[in-house]
Amino acid sequence: MSLRLAVLGAGAVGGSVLDLAGDYGHDVVAFADSSSSAVDPAGLDPSAVHDRKEREGVVGDADPEAVFDADYDVLVEATPTTLGDAEPGFSHVERALGDDRHVVLANKGPVAERYADLRALEAESAGTVQFEAAVGGAIPVLSTISDLGAPHVTAARGVLNGTANFILSRMAAEGLDYEHVLAEAQDLGVAEADPTFDVDGIDAALKFVILANVLSDGKTEYALDDAEVEGIRNVPGTALDLAAEDGRTVRLIGEATADGVRVAPRLVPQGSALSVTGTQNIVQLETKHAGQLNISGRGAGGPETATAVLSDVSRLE
Amino acid sequence: MSAQDLDGGSDAEADGSGEQPKPHTIRLELVDEPGQLLAALKPISDNGGNLLSIFHERGSLTPRGHIPVEVDLECPPDRFERIVEALRDAGVNVIRAGAEHFGEEVMVILVGDIVDSDLSDTLHRIESSADATLQDLSLSAREGTDEASSARLRLAVRSGRVDETLSVVRDLAAEKELHVVEPLAEGSQ
Repeated sequence: MSLRLAVLGAGAVGGSVLDLAGDYGHDVVAFADSSSSAVDPAGLDPSAVHDRKEREGVVGDADPEAVFDADYDVLVEATPTTLGDAEPGFSHVERALGDDRHVVLANKGPVAERYADLRALEAESAGTVQFEAAVGGAIPVLSTISDLGAPHVTAARGVLNGTANFILSRMAAEGLDYEHVLAEAQDLGVAEADPTFDVDGIDAALKFVILANVLSDGKTEYALDDAEVEGIRNVPGTALDLAAEDGRTVRLIGEATADGVRVAPRLVPQGSALSVTGTQNIVQLETKHAGQLNISGRGAGGPETATAVLSDVSRLE
Repeated sequence: MSAQDLDGGSDAEADGSGEQPKPHTIRLELVDEPGQLLAALKPISDNGGNLLSIFHERGSLTPRGHIPVEVDLECPPDRFERIVEALRDAGVNVIRAGAEHFGEEVMVILVGDIVDSDLSDTLHRIESSADATLQDLSLSAREGTDEASSARLRLAVRSGRVDETLSVVRDLAAEKELHVVEPLAEGSQ
């Protein structure tokens, strides 16, 4: 069945959803960036929208608000993640659910910071909320947990920030210091000009907070403030040298367990499942009856994250 | 039999040895006959050892058909040799005995101004308050860079006390403005 998508957010993820929706048999009928929107009930032409954005800095003639008046089935919320009240993402979700539409989130804010509020809105609505894309990009973490059943998964651990992992693995492999590798990562586009979110562990923490919310199945609500978070700025090359001498390395590991959420640089054996290199991500699920499951892959990127968004959309059919 | 019954601490004082009891692990192999375990424990208590735990996995046999048993005990350092000797004299098959071998091993890396933060005080306090023994220590500093130096500590910790040890290390590190890179918990790798 073909669904009509309204996409909010014209960054790498929103743009890729616009490009790839057709491949999944869906139409994007509305698309907005922060200042403009394009609406076409027959489905937008991706290249025309991208061209206009590049040429004129807007995606269409309409106001961003026009998206909500379009005739759509699923709102794809892909605006930048914000902390605290998670606005304006949260209001976007509220509005769509209020209109009994489905919502697919790539934005981590509403699920990490206001999980109970979100679930309460969902309960009042005929629409549902999906957010596979908010955790681990293309890696099917949440759908795997949903298949296993959250009560059968006792913990989730892993590496869910490609930038920090790139920096740590390159520091270890080349014996370079943090500042040098960070600058390199920024040149490559692996790290942003302001790398705070990634290197201070906030991005990884938000993902593990979401996992904790899902695993606790509504019993306990977690937000970023409940997480113990330490980033990688204090991991010098000397620590990686000492770890390597003993067959280990350091990775920024997140944990969502019954004890809560923690993100910190940790020692792991070289070559172990969790010592992924480069921008690779991995999630390890501890199950009650079936041991550990490891799922790894690309945890970020436009087409990768859009793949998770569109898988969520397909689940709504 | 409670640990209290086997307490050898007061003996040590009477001896004037005065040294604090230290934990040790002894690994035994017993023949599968009634009374063997009790016979193996007697030389320990007779010689001033304080039993801490006995790990005996029912049904687990060595290739020779013996039953492996791991005994954690505490005794003043000078008593340990005597206990092992007494066990051997009593015909108990002692596979491994050592003050060095604790139940578990933990590795942590401390980062920061290691030397100025008085490393020997740090180590001493970890050993005394965390009931851990330092097995080895490596330091690393890169000349000509601003990078912080690091110290790798391998600690032997009594079974089941890893969390406690790590929390002592964390508190000490916080006090001395050092960062700790902790290992990921056992079984999660």
